[in-house]
Amino acid sequence: MAGSKFETPELREYPIIPKLQKDVMSHSKPFVAKEQHQEPLGFPGELVDNWHDKAIEKMGDLQSKYRSLQVYLDSCVKCGACTDKCHYYIGTKDPKNMPVARQDLYRKVYRRYFTFAGKYFPKIVGATDLTEKVLDDWYSYFHQCSQCRRCSVYCPYGIDTAEISMAAREVMDTIGVGQKYCNEIISKVHKIGNNLGLPGPALENTLEGLEEDVEEETGVSVKFPLDVKGADVLLITPSADFFAEPHVDGLIGYAKVFHEAGISWTISSHASEAANFGMFIGSYENMRKLAMRIREAAIELGVKRIVFGECGHAWRVAYSFLNTLAGPWDFLDQNYPIPQHICEVTYGLIQDNTLKFDKSKNDDMVLTYHDSCNVARASRMGDKAGGQFLIPREVIKAACNNFHDMSSDTIKEGTFCCGGGGGLLTDDLMELRVKGALPRMEALQKVVENHGVTHMAAICAICKSQFAKVFPYYDFSMDQIVSVHQLVSNALILTGQNDGESEENDGGKHPQQDIDEAA
Amino acid sequence: MALEVNGKSYETDEEGYLADLNSWDADVANAMAEADGAPLEDNHWEVINFLREYYEEYQIAPAVRVLTKQIGKRLGKEKGNSKYLYELFPYGPAKQACKYAGLPKPTGCV
Repeated sequence: MAGSKFETPELREYPIIPKLQKDVMSHSKPFVAKEQHQEPLGFPGELVDNWHDKAIEKMGDLQSKYRSLQVYLDSCVKCGACTDKCHYYIGTKDPKNMPVARQDLYRKVYRRYFTFAGKYFPKIVGATDLTEKVLDDWYSYFHQCSQCRRCSVYCPYGIDTAEISMAAREVMDTIGVGQKYCNEIISKVHKIGNNLGLPGPALENTLEGLEEDVEEETGVSVKFPLDVKGADVLLITPSADFFAEPHVDGLIGYAKVFHEAGISWTISSHASEAANFGMFIGSYENMRKLAMRIREAAIELGVKRIVFGECGHAWRVAYSFLNTLAGPWDFLDQNYPIPQHICEVTYGLIQDNTLKFDKSKNDDMVLTYHDSCNVARASRMGDKAGGQFLIPREVIKAACNNFHDMSSDTIKEGTFCCGGGGGLLTDDLMELRVKGALPRMEALQKVVENHGVTHMAAICAICKSQFAKVFPYYDFSMDQIVSVHQLVSNALILTGQNDGESEENDGGKHPQQDIDEAA
Repeated sequence: MALEVNGKSYETDEEGYLADLNSWDADVANAMAEADGAPLEDNHWEVINFLREYYEEYQIAPAVRVLTKQIGKRLGKEKGNSKYLYELFPYGPAKQACKYAGLPKPTGCV
């Protein structure tokens, strides 16, 4: 396991704007997708001969399809409001990681081929030809954007760098220059149904194991149903929830919530993935094909509701695009949100007193909450503005006694990306991931020092994996990241639960108090 | 890319995972571990052998909980947790142990 050579940034006392280090990240490039990961997505297996013309043609195509893209390319006035807002710029100091500079990598080509001034007076308006060098920069720097949209919050014109970054990736895919991590994953979902490539029998075996674990711990037979026709709820959750920690502890939490509320539910082996990496590569066709698996599963199983597990960008795709991608959903129960987030389900059950908690079960932790970018800035929960900020926090507070938010400019709509979003959660980008985590690590360090925070909760599979991986670089330990529904799982009192202490799960536990049987 | 061990060549991907599961043998596992500076001992082999058995049956590496439970059965309950697995495989049981076992790297948000 070749250890990359780079320095972890030092946590700073005050978050000042770093001095520029030109091209310091130009070496950062993810592995290029091979033919077997390109072709199932409908992309050429390698760089095509007429790549230049095809790329320009694709740019024109995207501008005509997405009016927003054209507006973003035309409307930047170089005011500089975005420059210090990107976690990758803050962590790497590379000026091309300033959002405006990243956009300009695309914009300068757009100007050259699509604007009058750029066609005839390119130097005056900073227009350039699409050369191999420019393409190389695109591949590097459009894979240093996690499409988190923090910059767009501060842009007076609302220019969304994420959308430009998606367009650039789609242009590159179209000429045969795809990114291995994303495209290998998408090809696995097309073939098997999830990012991991976890086949049905393995999923069944994994879920049976979880049923045994929960029964052993609690004495209650909590089911993890798979492919059950006629269930009310179809749970669509990231496959990381089946596979990794702390994700699986969240999945156990959802199962306990459904069990305790008496909601019949099922997972689908056909649509065993919430994530939709089609968005990361800007490919509407792939995004739609991935979303259609959910529709097919919902119809096949005859469910009434669709609930999404803890997955950040999945919730953006679900909340914002599911209806146009894979609707209409007229066959579902219209009395529930379509789709619904698991946090909304749990929050509703807390409010109507269906769920009872022993908060002291989480007394060994002091929590903070990391708003995941795609949930915070690209979706909503509940029926009020800001519900996506309020509801997860209320769920945490219902299950825990100790909670402190991080600094106000680093949460909610101003939240910093974990550093691994947007299709960058891959080992070949470890330097970028570690450096990009800097602003979040600084905010976390502050609440650790000032409020004794011990753990950070999140509702995104990417955030959880990213923090588990980068925490040790900043002298935190990997188990300091937890799932929100892991906290629910710890504290939820199940009817008929035995009051014995559970197996060691996430470290030592406090002395157990007797629990009165409730409900 | 290829890895040479005792005169035999093993095809690998960019990150050193074997391209062909069937080309795996104990020699290549030992060589990978030596290169990482931590030679394999009996408990490593328990994990590697289980990974290969599970993969053969399910065509995927086991989930962390499946793995920890099985290792707890084989090596004693106090070792059936991810902390112990990280002691054995500091780069992560899912990735490092899969690599030594000749399995493909787990993909996705993990």
